[in-house]
Amino acid sequence: MTPILSASGLTKRFGNRAACRDVGFELWPGEVLGIVGESGSGKTTLLNCLAGRLRPESGSVVYDSAAYGPVDVHDLSEARRRLLSRTEWGFVNQDARDGLRMGVSAGANIGERLMAVGARHYGDIRRTAAEWLERVEIEQDRLDDRPTTYSGGMRQRLQIARNLVSHPRLVLMDEPTGGLDVSVQARILDLLRGLVERLHLSAVLVTHDLGVARLLTHRLMVMQGGRVVEQGLTDQVLDDPQDAYTQMLVASILPV
Amino acid sequence: MYVAVKGGEAAISHSLELLADKRRGARSITELSLEQIDQQLGLAVDRVMTEGSCYDRLLAALAIKQARGDLVEAIFLLRAYRTTLPRFGDSLPIDTTEMLAERRISATFKDVPGGQVLGPTFDYTHRLLDFSLAAAGERPPAPTAPTDSVVPVPRVGDILQRDGLLEPPPQQADQEADNAEDLTRQPLLLPASRPLRLQNLARGDEGFLLALGYSTQRGYGNNHPFVGEIRYGSVPVSFVPEELGFAIEIAEIEVTECDMVNQFAGSHDKPPQFTRGYGLAFGHAERKAMAMALVDRALRAEELAESTTSPAQDEEFVLAHSDNVEASGFVQHLKLPHYVDFQSELVTVRALREEVEKRNREAALGAAALGKAAE
Amino acid sequence: MQDASRDSGVESQAYNYAYLDEQTKRMIRRAILKAVAVPGYQVPFGGREMPLPYGWGTGGIQVTAAIVGRDDVLKVIDQGADDTTNAVSIRRFFAKVAGVATTTRTDEATIIQTRHRVPETPLAEGQIIVFQVPIPEPLRMLEPRETETRTLHALSEYGVMQVSLYESIARHGRIAKTYNYPVMVNGRYIMSPSPIPKFDNPKLDRSPALQLYGAGREKRIYAVPPHTPVKSLDFDDHPFEIERWDECCAVCGARDSFLDEVIVDDTGKRMFVCSDTDWCERRR
Repeated sequence: MTPILSASGLTKRFGNRAACRDVGFELWPGEVLGIVGESGSGKTTLLNCLAGRLRPESGSVVYDSAAYGPVDVHDLSEARRRLLSRTEWGFVNQDARDGLRMGVSAGANIGERLMAVGARHYGDIRRTAAEWLERVEIEQDRLDDRPTTYSGGMRQRLQIARNLVSHPRLVLMDEPTGGLDVSVQARILDLLRGLVERLHLSAVLVTHDLGVARLLTHRLMVMQGGRVVEQGLTDQVLDDPQDAYTQMLVASILPV
Repeated sequence: MYVAVKGGEAAISHSLELLADKRRGARSITELSLEQIDQQLGLAVDRVMTEGSCYDRLLAALAIKQARGDLVEAIFLLRAYRTTLPRFGDSLPIDTTEMLAERRISATFKDVPGGQVLGPTFDYTHRLLDFSLAAAGERPPAPTAPTDSVVPVPRVGDILQRDGLLEPPPQQADQEADNAEDLTRQPLLLPASRPLRLQNLARGDEGFLLALGYSTQRGYGNNHPFVGEIRYGSVPVSFVPEELGFAIEIAEIEVTECDMVNQFAGSHDKPPQFTRGYGLAFGHAERKAMAMALVDRALRAEELAESTTSPAQDEEFVLAHSDNVEASGFVQHLKLPHYVDFQSELVTVRALREEVEKRNREAALGAAALGKAAE
Repeated sequence: MQDASRDSGVESQAYNYAYLDEQTKRMIRRAILKAVAVPGYQVPFGGREMPLPYGWGTGGIQVTAAIVGRDDVLKVIDQGADDTTNAVSIRRFFAKVAGVATTTRTDEATIIQTRHRVPETPLAEGQIIVFQVPIPEPLRMLEPRETETRTLHALSEYGVMQVSLYESIARHGRIAKTYNYPVMVNGRYIMSPSPIPKFDNPKLDRSPALQLYGAGREKRIYAVPPHTPVKSLDFDDHPFEIERWDECCAVCGARDSFLDEVIVDDTGKRMFVCSDTDWCERRR
């Protein structure tokens, strides 16, 4: 079996500062890998390098695509990278507005990936979009409303639906519940966990919240100052942290 | 019976005659001569030459007269004429260090080699309407300095650059005349090279650039400008005819040049230097040259790795909308008949309204039926 | 300028045939050839300032000026009519600078320059129709950046256009675009057919004539060679439809042409007349 995503020696600098340094890992199909750390640890930079949005100074990211076999994400032509990001990949932004078209209806948002690869039956597109609204627990009568009329939690669900409609194989998520109210967070986490299991998604999830990591991820990488200081099975890392920084992180969670 | 309106040709002829009549105005008043416009409305002539991209004072004056004083219309006339002129080739780049400056100031130093020469400017006037100008009257000529005191002076920018404090002019234009890019001959493709960007701004509407430059000063992409130097005066234009193989001077033109000294940039290994913005105009046009320099520098934001947040830093927005001949044409073209497209819209709007009204009628009937059933 | 009293009006100058110099014509023809070779693709060209303002048809005029010859017969229409002021103005311009014969009869013209309509008379092989285009980029209102729309065309990424059509149906129950209706040319490029009413779109499909499109202000030329498929965008279950009227032409009785609505008196009484004046005259 080949890893669906593998990174090695990834280093990305901004001016003098190395935002992430010599990062490597392998992600297997059906796995959810968490990247945790405080803000400034380099986790979002790493995610953007994996997605091909930032070009690292050194290192490589290899994705095992269904369409072309294993490809180096940064060596891909613009055309292929854009196509993969609309079909085989998903990217859930922390702020849903960055991942949605705010000026068109929810139905259009969800239907876009379908239309981009040739769907031309309005009724079918609409029905599929409505089904997905249901799956992400949004009322179907909101199908024609624009995301500007949605709450933050609803926008996040919509962003998830917009990504998953094309049955992506790999989903990258940047603090998908960050900025949301605690009860709303809990429901979206539940939703994500259910979808990931049912659809056999592989995912890389960036979060500063160890509770989110515990709930959603199989394996965990802990980052500090751009480097990976510890990695392993989530439960093991959280219950029995070896590195001093990880120990401090775990200890600083207030027991609820 | 309805008869289609004809006679478009006759209507146009009459319209042109009316316009010529208005242009002349009351016959009891002396007609303007081109020389009067050139001499006494010189700054209008300068603007028309600059944005018309053509240095010829009397042609510009004629355009102003024909346009009845509408400068954007005059610029259009001059540009259209320019299209028809034969081209012999490109001149050598003008060298403003050779300029005999009538006016030369710097805000970055109290005094500079060559001195602060105030020259003719509105800057020190009090803006009080001078009613003595309402009547013709002769003025004594202004006192002049001895001729040998007007010499070419070094540029403040060159002095700063020699010390490494100011960056060299970015992306020097190709010195080979044959390879010179020319915005009047090729379409503007983005991202734009520096020569095409500067050409676009030089031809650009003064008001538009002024507003954008102003916006940077008010925080929409501030780049901390200082006037390194403004100089106004005449420079020779040289050309190398193929037959001769060496350069000859073919003309002398007046230009206004502005060097802005802006926010310094540097990095861990590279020591910081001040950055530049550049403006150039025909004739005496400081407001234009300064606004152009502010916008030039703002448009270098991406090149200098600054965050681009404001309209003045948005290359596509600025360069696509700076041309007032294009803008005037497209805005005013709305006056042309659009009734066919409007008819299409009418048909659709009526159909949509009918559908909504039908739905409302059906809903009302349904509600009434329910009401009756309930009784 | 040596002689200030020299009359520098267009009339007294010796201009090249059809106003443009030969080098400029060559440049425009090269752009036209590229455009014909890649149907529907917008070719940038070094547009010149013309004696008519941008927005008044300078693109169409430059295309016509580059292709017109002494044996041509030119028809110019605006809103379908030969006698609207802009059509008159352009026709006069070419009569003056190219000495070309002009006509109002569609079937006698070799070149037809048009603003916002396609003639009702079917075009024939050997005819050229030149469209005046204000905004050549069909995606412009969806994506204002030229750098991005160029990429979308290159990668055939037209999802955003289909999304806008979906949205129209969601909001209005139908695709509410009535003019400048986007088309797919030769199965590859989405093109703006210029602001002709959608009523005229079917005339472009596999037309035996050569279609040239000129945008002077935006400096783009594009083309559809004869017999090329031109398909108006739609959904399978919301197929493309043209406008229809209940009325017929009050002057010639035509039921199958595009009708202009004319308000006849101040009680709002209306009548409908063929927009294509040549078509209407011939039928009477």
